[in-house]
Amino acid sequence: MNLPYFAPGDDPGPDFARLVRSTGAEPFPPAEGITAPEITHGTTCVAVRYTNGVVMAGDRRATAGNLISHRSIEKVFAADRHSAVAIAGAAGPAVEMVRLFQLQLEHYEKVEGSPLSLEGKANQLGQMLRSNLPAAMSGLAVVPIFAGFDLARESGRLFEYDITGGRYEESDYAATGSGSLHAETVIKVGYRRDMSADEAVGLLAQSLFQAADADSATGGADTLRGIFPIFATISVDGFERVADDIVGAKFEEISERFAANHREVQP
Amino acid sequence: MTTPFYVAPEQMMKDRADYARKGIARGRSLVAMAYADGIFICAENPSSTLHKVSEIYDRIAFAGVGKYNEFDQLRIAGIRHADMKGFTYSREDVEARSLANNYAQLLGQSFTHEMKPMEVEILVAEITDTPGHEQMFHILYDGTVMDETTFVVLGGDSEAIRNRLGATYSPGLSADDALAVARSALSGDDRTIEDPDLEIAMLDRTRGRRTFTRLET
Repeated sequence: MNLPYFAPGDDPGPDFARLVRSTGAEPFPPAEGITAPEITHGTTCVAVRYTNGVVMAGDRRATAGNLISHRSIEKVFAADRHSAVAIAGAAGPAVEMVRLFQLQLEHYEKVEGSPLSLEGKANQLGQMLRSNLPAAMSGLAVVPIFAGFDLARESGRLFEYDITGGRYEESDYAATGSGSLHAETVIKVGYRRDMSADEAVGLLAQSLFQAADADSATGGADTLRGIFPIFATISVDGFERVADDIVGAKFEEISERFAANHREVQP
Repeated sequence: MTTPFYVAPEQMMKDRADYARKGIARGRSLVAMAYADGIFICAENPSSTLHKVSEIYDRIAFAGVGKYNEFDQLRIAGIRHADMKGFTYSREDVEARSLANNYAQLLGQSFTHEMKPMEVEILVAEITDTPGHEQMFHILYDGTVMDETTFVVLGGDSEAIRNRLGATYSPGLSADDALAVARSALSGDDRTIEDPDLEIAMLDRTRGRRTFTRLET
């Protein structure tokens, strides 16, 4: 691999995707005329703002048609130190998009000597989605949520997207994926502005539990294998994964309460 | 039409080397050394925004002395090389040796073929998980590469600084001790360098994935 050294006119600047393109590789090749067969899909991700930032969560299931193709896929990623991205949609392009997005942010930070603003990061993700539009139209859609702690405003912020790259800032909560309808309703009903991180984790756990209960493509807590949805908080201290035993305890509490009220009783 | 004068190749190389060396000697020096947690890099640099030391990759740092715009171009090319390689293969495939060789080729090329050689001296430093496996590649304006494992001095007055550093350096220094050693080596006996005139950065293996960190002065 040669040293990428450019003449002033051809210099791609701090844009990693442009650098990749200048070497002949295309990050999101147009997928004209292809109709995707039953490919792997990732499903439900949710995020909510709490007093000190944002909590984000995603289930672990990936499906291909009506089969479960993976039980422990990860859909919540740290984008950089103070932001996170969660993805739903075609798993292959989604994971690749996250990888490119993470690199794009790190590359910019290293070349320029200072990180992008949170707004700038959100716009970058929107541009990547836009370049994925041809593929999305043939069935390889990716729909992420982006959340981060804005160091300039000193608050957590949340962004939802559509497949065209449309970027919509949400003030309180966001959900994406096949179980998002159920999950979002649960969050909407239980949402309060002054939640602690622990309460926000509890509310998101409840939302994923209900989504998994109603949507076959969403996985809840898999106690048989010890696989739990991924939870992370993003605050002024940065991105932090919530430990599995804390998440496990939340799900246990929820399912016990649920069982106590919903177990079939013989008449 | 005038006939061009014949210049012997030896003379041409010598002139170019003198030109590059003179350019580098005008700037201030920089030292790098292995310390307890990785590699400690300290440069005399009155500017707090135009850096001489910076991050290339998870475990790799770059430092340059001489003409700022020239080594800054090299720094960016290095970040691009590393990020492209990590993206195409994997993060663990990015290593300083290959980067140093690429730099050497580029500098060697520009020394012999360009109108003027680059007036820079650069350092590519890399740490691993195990203490004692630090690697520092010191690359000169003509593409000469030297690899060191203990300490390196870049810049104009390097001979005197190297002697002072050699006398006080020992392996396994703490960050504070490394700073004291670097400061006295850079300044010599007849002057002191204040904090705002130093640029300090470390590759610190206790920091997780991205090991590069700056010490604000």
